[in-house]
Amino acid sequence: MTMVSATADIASAPARRISGRRLWLAALLVFAVVVPLVSSGYHVFQLTQIVMYAIAILGLNLLTGYSGQISLGNGSFYALGAYTAAILMTNAKLPYWATPPIAGAVCFVAGLAFGRSVTRLEGLYLALATYALGVATPQILKLDVLERWTGGNQGVVLSKPTSPFPSLLNDDQWLYFFCLGAAVILFIVAWNIVRGRTGRALIALRNHPIAAGTMGIPVAAYKSATFGLSAMYTGVAGALGALIAGFVGPDSFQIILSIGFLVGGVVGGIASIFGVLFGAAFIELVPDLTKQVSEMSPSLRWLAELQYPAYGVLLIATMLLMPGGMAGLVRSVELRIARHLHHPPRT
Amino acid sequence: MQAFLHQLLSGLANGSIYASVALALVMIFKATHHVNFAQGELAMFSTYVAYTLIHAGVPYWGAFVITLVFSFAIGVAIERLLLRRLRHASALTVVIVFIGLLVIFNGLAGPLFGFTIKEFPTPFAPNASYGSTYLSPHEVGMIGVTLIVLAIVFAFFRFTRLGLAMRASAENPQSSRLVGIRVGWMLALGWGLASVLGAIAGMMAAPSVFLEPNMMVGIVLYGFAAALLGGIDNPWGAPIGGFIVGVLENLAGAYVVGSHLKLALALAVIVAVVVFKPSGLFGRTVVVRV
Amino acid sequence: MSKRNSFVTTAPRLAAFTGLCLILAAGCGNKKKEGDPGSPGSSAAGDKAGGDKAGGDSAMPGVTATEIKIGQSMPYSGPASAYGVIGKSEAAYFKMINDKGGINGRKVNLISLDDAYNPAKAVEQTRKLVENEGVAFIFGSVGTANNTAIQKYLNDKKVPQLFIATGADKWADPTNNPWTIGWQPSYRTEAKIYARYVLKEKPGAKMCVLYQNDDFGKDYLTGLKDGLADQYDKIVIKTASYETSDPTIDSQIVTLQGAGCDTLLTAATPKFGAQAIRKVADLGWKPMHFVSNVSVSLAAVLKPAGLDKSTGIITGQYLKDPNDPKAANDPGINEYKAFIKDHLSDVDPNDGNALYGFSVSGSLVKLLTACGNDLSRANIMKQAAAIQKQVVNTLVDGIEINTAANDFRPISQMRLAKFNGTSFEPMGDLISAD
Repeated sequence: MTMVSATADIASAPARRISGRRLWLAALLVFAVVVPLVSSGYHVFQLTQIVMYAIAILGLNLLTGYSGQISLGNGSFYALGAYTAAILMTNAKLPYWATPPIAGAVCFVAGLAFGRSVTRLEGLYLALATYALGVATPQILKLDVLERWTGGNQGVVLSKPTSPFPSLLNDDQWLYFFCLGAAVILFIVAWNIVRGRTGRALIALRNHPIAAGTMGIPVAAYKSATFGLSAMYTGVAGALGALIAGFVGPDSFQIILSIGFLVGGVVGGIASIFGVLFGAAFIELVPDLTKQVSEMSPSLRWLAELQYPAYGVLLIATMLLMPGGMAGLVRSVELRIARHLHHPPRT
Repeated sequence: MQAFLHQLLSGLANGSIYASVALALVMIFKATHHVNFAQGELAMFSTYVAYTLIHAGVPYWGAFVITLVFSFAIGVAIERLLLRRLRHASALTVVIVFIGLLVIFNGLAGPLFGFTIKEFPTPFAPNASYGSTYLSPHEVGMIGVTLIVLAIVFAFFRFTRLGLAMRASAENPQSSRLVGIRVGWMLALGWGLASVLGAIAGMMAAPSVFLEPNMMVGIVLYGFAAALLGGIDNPWGAPIGGFIVGVLENLAGAYVVGSHLKLALALAVIVAVVVFKPSGLFGRTVVVRV
Repeated sequence: MSKRNSFVTTAPRLAAFTGLCLILAAGCGNKKKEGDPGSPGSSAAGDKAGGDKAGGDSAMPGVTATEIKIGQSMPYSGPASAYGVIGKSEAAYFKMINDKGGINGRKVNLISLDDAYNPAKAVEQTRKLVENEGVAFIFGSVGTANNTAIQKYLNDKKVPQLFIATGADKWADPTNNPWTIGWQPSYRTEAKIYARYVLKEKPGAKMCVLYQNDDFGKDYLTGLKDGLADQYDKIVIKTASYETSDPTIDSQIVTLQGAGCDTLLTAATPKFGAQAIRKVADLGWKPMHFVSNVSVSLAAVLKPAGLDKSTGIITGQYLKDPNDPKAANDPGINEYKAFIKDHLSDVDPNDGNALYGFSVSGSLVKLLTACGNDLSRANIMKQAAAIQKQVVNTLVDGIEINTAANDFRPISQMRLAKFNGTSFEPMGDLISAD
């Protein structure tokens, strides 16, 4: 689809589109609020995880999808956020609700610093550096000099947040809404960034960094700021993840975590805001679903064993067949239906 | 002093593996400007193929050659079937496809071959006269194989028409096409050769680190560090980088930072190189044309 | 660029679609719970209790007249997948028991989920087992970090965390964690036994330690400190650690040899244990070499390292060695080998993990049989803390499993044994660390 046709598409029916969008958003919100109230503890837990993953993947999408900087090591920022929360709760005795913002701030600074030092790097080098960071993360977390705070390999056990309104919400539901609140704020922020000047600048420097530079976009500043922003999102997710699991330990932050974020981002649509919800649900639910399907019949047993190769196939297939991910697919199906219904003149 | 010499030599032995991996990475980078994240996993998979053959009764060198042929075919197939379609894709797309390949090969190895470590035979006799307490015969052989492979690669690119054609298509695909070189096949050939180099690295590493699905995860990271240090577009620099990283890893681990920081050291090398000298010690600085 | 923006405008629809998928997925999950207590369809008392409510409504969650449902999370994928064999072996064992009629007429239904050796995932899977599947208890989950991550949850919920597959010493803590109990001798106990041997047989030893840089490896250091006490600083002259991501540990071994040790303790997992054994031999270094019990499997360690190179290593045993020629007529080992042949034919009988799974399952079946018809969580835990002289015939002859309200260490005896090139030869009697 060309730029022109898409722009025209939006311009042609703004009122209908916006009301339609509001309707869908409202439905989503109702779903997000009602379902946890009527679900069992474990399902609320799963939903909480999805919300948390969505934030982490959103962080990756802002960086990789929008500004074009490839990160294979966002798990490191996730770990930093998780440990920040854990240390604040156990050493500084801060209440749990204060930890995600601080973890976000810490990660923002760390991301900015990392981003500043790597802004000159082309995509591949950056991918290499972040991949190495992702692989080395568990080891860095185990360092003896940090053991006083990180607990070394033993990790840190956290007490789970308790509901301030026990008669209304149980602890699981409270934690869910706590995460949901954080997610809503972060989504609105991301939405505004992406739709505004900043977003256009980011996309410009993704698509043609040198041209963007000559057009007066401060490339280095934008790139490192996006790194900081992405790290902040990922760090908040990490802090929430620590609260959800009630535990942080080096083994939780293997490279497969970063790859999981990438899978979620790609499957949902690496350059989309709401695609991340699909991506998050995918990485949370699909392993379980695969296992359930594989248990339906002995002839499907191999499915459970081949879950990781299947992830790989899916990554490649998505990139080859529908690079926009699920968001791109839904979008193109919609366009087709719309064309079919209205036969609009081609622009 | 004796211990120091020992650390040094043992570092060279490890370094020879990193050198092979680095050379494989450079091969693909030269041909296609991609960094093959799946290089290590491909090598591991090839080594399992060799293992299976040897256990089926094929003699070592027979299995060795069949494995190289198999690896070559896989490399060519990946290029022809997959990367060909991504010629105009962004770096992001390509990296994601490589990560996909990495996950596929790593994920297949366990269910197919099992997770327990396997003993992989060495072709070098355990009491050969070239062994010593400093370097086992296998380690000496491993270094030797790496040097021989380097020499062959050098001779291939320097003295054969095919090697010249491959260099030409990497340097300037359009002009090469004009003089009748089939550039597409040259890229596939580059992939095949890289895959062969990886397989050699895997088969040389396996006797000393033992064969298991995650065998190459650590090694490939050092391979990245080696390739970057030597210059990722420099076929001579990268293997030298491999030896440097191997020695550095051992000496720093034993005398400076402590053994628990060895992997972090690889990370530090990678970050330091990409930040301060992306072209590596021996690489060329590339100027991008707008 | 506007293409991206148009994604954004229509994306909420996608999100809602995602939501729909979620509802469907949740629906699938919920079906299992239709038999909640109180609903007309529920059969026996407390049948299929959905965990949350289980404590209140049902005396015996996870237990029906015909079934006892138990759960575990296992590293079937990820860096520790070799331990997945434990779960396979346990599942096969219970299938065998069920084929023979089960325990007191109840079949054991083991739900074994993959946690990829990730503590966060272990928490998720354990919650699923307890709250969704309504298991009676958690049995034999693998990994120290993973069990640490779920320990608080299970103890808060008063769900037994039985016979977990880790040798950390901290599990024996009935005061703070009365619902958690290990099984195997702790790494610390093992190291203590080595320390005592050194003090007795080689008082002037100069000892080096190679350990994995995590709590598994560090427990051995702690055990040595316990056992050597004030002698520790004099005897242990050098330690070196490695990371599981290190390609080789040659450099560490060279360093240790250079320190001039005549005694070496290798506290390593199989891959690195094999590397250490081989490198020590290649160097021509001949220390008195203790190798941690997890890394002496004939199939997985000693053969890859070379049997000749392994000759002389010393370890502490609590399981019999299936490869020992003297065990050829041992009833326990024969039973085990028949089990592998009939129920787990794709697994190497010399894989120590399979034997471990077989043995710990046998121990659990004895425990559940002892519980009789009272399979409430409280009674299961009570019985687990009152095991007397339980004998499992794949454990080294003479070892008895004993627990008490203040003793949560089921196996605390070991026997030192030395490898003679084909099998381990016992060195003296059983040693108890207590």
